[in-house]
Amino acid sequence: MKIVVCIKQVPDTKGGVKFNPDGTLDRGAMLTIMNPDDKAGLEAALRLKDQYGAEVTVVTMGLPKAEEVLREAMAMGADKGILVTDRVLGGADTWATSTTIAGAIRNLEYDLIITGRQAIDGDTAQVGPQISEHLDIPVISYAQDIKIEGDSVVVERQYEDRYHVVKAKMPCLITALSELNDPRYMTPGGIFDAYKKEITVWGRADLKDVDDSNLGLKGSPTKIAKASDKVRKGAGEKVTLDPDESVSYIVDKLKVKHVI
Amino acid sequence: MNLEEYKGVYVFAQQVDNEISSIAFELLGKAKDLAKDLSTDVTAVLIGSEVKGLADQLAEYGADKVIVVDDPELKNYRTEPYAHALSSVINKYKPEIMLVGATAIGRDLGPRVSARVATGLTADCTVLEIGDFPLQAVPGQEQLHNQLLMTRPAFGGNTIATIACPYNRPQMATVRAGVMQKIEPVKGAKAVVEEFNPGFTPDNKYVEILDIVKSVAETVDIMDAKILVSGGRGVGSPENFKILEDLAAVIGGTVSCSRAVVDSGWKPKDLQVGQTGKTVRPNVYFAIGISGAIQHVAGMEESDIIIAINKDADAPIFDVADYGVVGDLNKIVPKLTEALKAEIAASK
Amino acid sequence: MDFTLSKEHEMARALFKEFAEKEVKPLAQEVDENEAFPRETVEKMAKLGFLGIPVPKEYGGQGCDPLTYAMCVEELSKVCGTTGVIVSAHTSLCCDPIMTYGTEEQKQKYLIPLAKGEKLGAFGLTEPGAGTDAQGQQTKAVLDGDEWVLNGSKCFITNGKEADVYVIFAITGTVEKRGRMTKEISAFIVEKGTPGFTFGTKEKKMGIRGSSTYELIFTDCRIPKENMLGQQGKGFGIAMHTLDGGRIGIASQALGLAEGALETTISYVKERKQFGRAIGAFQNTQFQLADMATKVQAAQLLVYKAAMAKATQKVYSVEAAMAKLYAAEVAMEVTTKAVQLHGGYGYIREYDVERMMRDAKITEIYEGTSEVQRMVISGSLLK
Repeated sequence: MKIVVCIKQVPDTKGGVKFNPDGTLDRGAMLTIMNPDDKAGLEAALRLKDQYGAEVTVVTMGLPKAEEVLREAMAMGADKGILVTDRVLGGADTWATSTTIAGAIRNLEYDLIITGRQAIDGDTAQVGPQISEHLDIPVISYAQDIKIEGDSVVVERQYEDRYHVVKAKMPCLITALSELNDPRYMTPGGIFDAYKKEITVWGRADLKDVDDSNLGLKGSPTKIAKASDKVRKGAGEKVTLDPDESVSYIVDKLKVKHVI
Repeated sequence: MNLEEYKGVYVFAQQVDNEISSIAFELLGKAKDLAKDLSTDVTAVLIGSEVKGLADQLAEYGADKVIVVDDPELKNYRTEPYAHALSSVINKYKPEIMLVGATAIGRDLGPRVSARVATGLTADCTVLEIGDFPLQAVPGQEQLHNQLLMTRPAFGGNTIATIACPYNRPQMATVRAGVMQKIEPVKGAKAVVEEFNPGFTPDNKYVEILDIVKSVAETVDIMDAKILVSGGRGVGSPENFKILEDLAAVIGGTVSCSRAVVDSGWKPKDLQVGQTGKTVRPNVYFAIGISGAIQHVAGMEESDIIIAINKDADAPIFDVADYGVVGDLNKIVPKLTEALKAEIAASK
Repeated sequence: MDFTLSKEHEMARALFKEFAEKEVKPLAQEVDENEAFPRETVEKMAKLGFLGIPVPKEYGGQGCDPLTYAMCVEELSKVCGTTGVIVSAHTSLCCDPIMTYGTEEQKQKYLIPLAKGEKLGAFGLTEPGAGTDAQGQQTKAVLDGDEWVLNGSKCFITNGKEADVYVIFAITGTVEKRGRMTKEISAFIVEKGTPGFTFGTKEKKMGIRGSSTYELIFTDCRIPKENMLGQQGKGFGIAMHTLDGGRIGIASQALGLAEGALETTISYVKERKQFGRAIGAFQNTQFQLADMATKVQAAQLLVYKAAMAKATQKVYSVEAAMAKLYAAEVAMEVTTKAVQLHGGYGYIREYDVERMMRDAKITEIYEGTSEVQRMVISGSLLK
């Protein structure tokens, strides 16, 4: 079985966010991690590899620095890494991103594609389903459990108040939830091995069946009109009182506001 | 693409088990505002099996027109037949705006459809308005009017971005549940109902549903609660949530929690407020032992009244709280419960 | 000369740091308070290969260099000194001598399971009457047929009772050296469970309280002849060479403790307010931190240099001694200052720096006291 896992290097949102003058993200200025949902997707792939035997290829699109997450994935146990990077791909929205990644995956053999549900920088959850559409294969989003049965996958697909047990013929794309599993750690030896392996680097010319008009900032239908730090509601009152006074204080406020 | 051909504000009227989801009414409420600004009308797209009877309800909540795609293949949500239905509607009727709920269904259907009809999609919007793009006129660039401006939080709530889709149609957005206001339903309102079936031919993309397992909802959905008593890591233990439950019981509230609590396994995920949980806007939000990480605040700051109790005077929750009390929740909360019980008894 | 770490080393550090933060830190207080050996953590580390970092892959290890290993002990010790020394004693004092002096059979039988973490290792040299004076050994081994018979005891043995494999030193005879009779010491591999091998008292310690420190007792303990490690009579050299490596491990532990205390203090002084402002705004605090950080950095350079020396040089006694001497004294100084900057809170158990200061003290004592390190260093200067 051949599994392709799409991963993304994302700014660690705990560390603060920086912008370029044009409103796009200044990714270079932030600390980065492997997107958590993607890491769960990778772990799911590695477990399938442990259980059924598989070749796991990780694909990422980003700046050359995104090589780091490929190395990390390989140190966890992925077999191959592909970095899709090119100036013309910069500033892509989810449409242009999914077009690009689909263009890269068309060069690969695969039975299963796994992506994270969403990235913590954009939180859109769009790229996975959009890739599946471009590749014309079924998608099962929000996977909380994945099993292989013959030439099919059986997935628990999560909804707000239920889950569906869904069966799809491979090839198929699955988007993974971070609740799916606890990703394994790398191993020290795995790290050194990962740096000995070659990483395949693809640019615009390597993308298959993709039109220029669908790539990068220019090929993105959505445009950022404005981006800014969130303006927060101002602080109200803050009091330090003994417990009884605190209680009276809260009760008074609830009365004034006609809650009680 | 001739953008002028695209007219009207469309809403995907999500139904589950032939019951319309609350998000559909919220979207209709917003669509009405947008349609007014654009001098156009509101169309609901109702997809399912034997769902035609639900059209009147959509009319009561503001739909001028309802397009019904009714087929046995559409009984339970599956990506492919639903994507086929919605994209066929878009291709045939050419809406200028297509709104979808940012639900577990909508966040799967939206991207698949947007990719199929080759347009942009903005996820998880919290504000939608009609305006100009660019916002201010820029020399050498045509300023377009009557654009859908879609505002959404990103980066774990650290930033907000306003996004337009100026050169493609429809302008598609998924919209966060619990943010837009429904209108008061107009009893007896009727909409123009039109049936449309693009034909459904199962192929490899039609996945098979082997089983549907419903989780039993124990409590009120926190998004519907008027009063939320929310606890964080500071509560200390799952057992200690009892004092929050007692308080909630007295004032008719519901218990919710922060991500730290869910991560510790103290409470289930459906009670989680915040960026990765639910967005709530109750009348009163008690933040008890919650430090107020930005991801949490993003999910509750729209609450009408925020009351915070925390022993750490520097906790960021006090930056958003209307009323902040610095102190030990273990001492204050049980006393508060007793005091409120007495107040409520006295007022009866 | 290039002081930047390679990408591999940076990533390995990130791994150790993440593991330490997520798996080790939450247990550190409890491990200390209850003197509880963190068995589950050891099992987790075993699974990830942390117990065989510098051991070649063909012997079940990770095939990494001593620097990677040192960084592992450093990062673990930042959050828990106990966990740091467990790894250090196992790797430097048990895996390393078997790797260096073991026969192929011994490596197959003992090194592989040790490196995979299936077994835990320990090292028994110190005796009640033979601490710094390692020559003062009393434990004897007498050959009887195909077996060595051990009698005697060892004390203050890290990983005692928890370990499965022990490298033990004993007198196997006397030889004449420059007209004087001296003891001939040899090294042995002893398995837990060997009849005649029992454990005495468990020590109650000031720091590293979760590490298991036991007395080992040998009473007519018979071990197979093939379990002699290295040549007969070469035990003292083996012990000294092993301790050179061990000192890099302890230096890393000391470094980690100092770094942990410094980091904790930096965040504390930003939050703690007195006289209406954060105590970090006071120049005394700032200058203390500057001194602490400078010494920590200097210690790190010495420790990393020693680790690199182990990778590239045959003899690295002086580098190891300097690294341990300096890192241990910096650990003691920095943790003490950290407690001082925490004020009253620094003196209570709820705050990590209290434990770090207690943990730090041992680094000036075990695997060669600071005085021994000074002897080693000065000896090389005046030879």
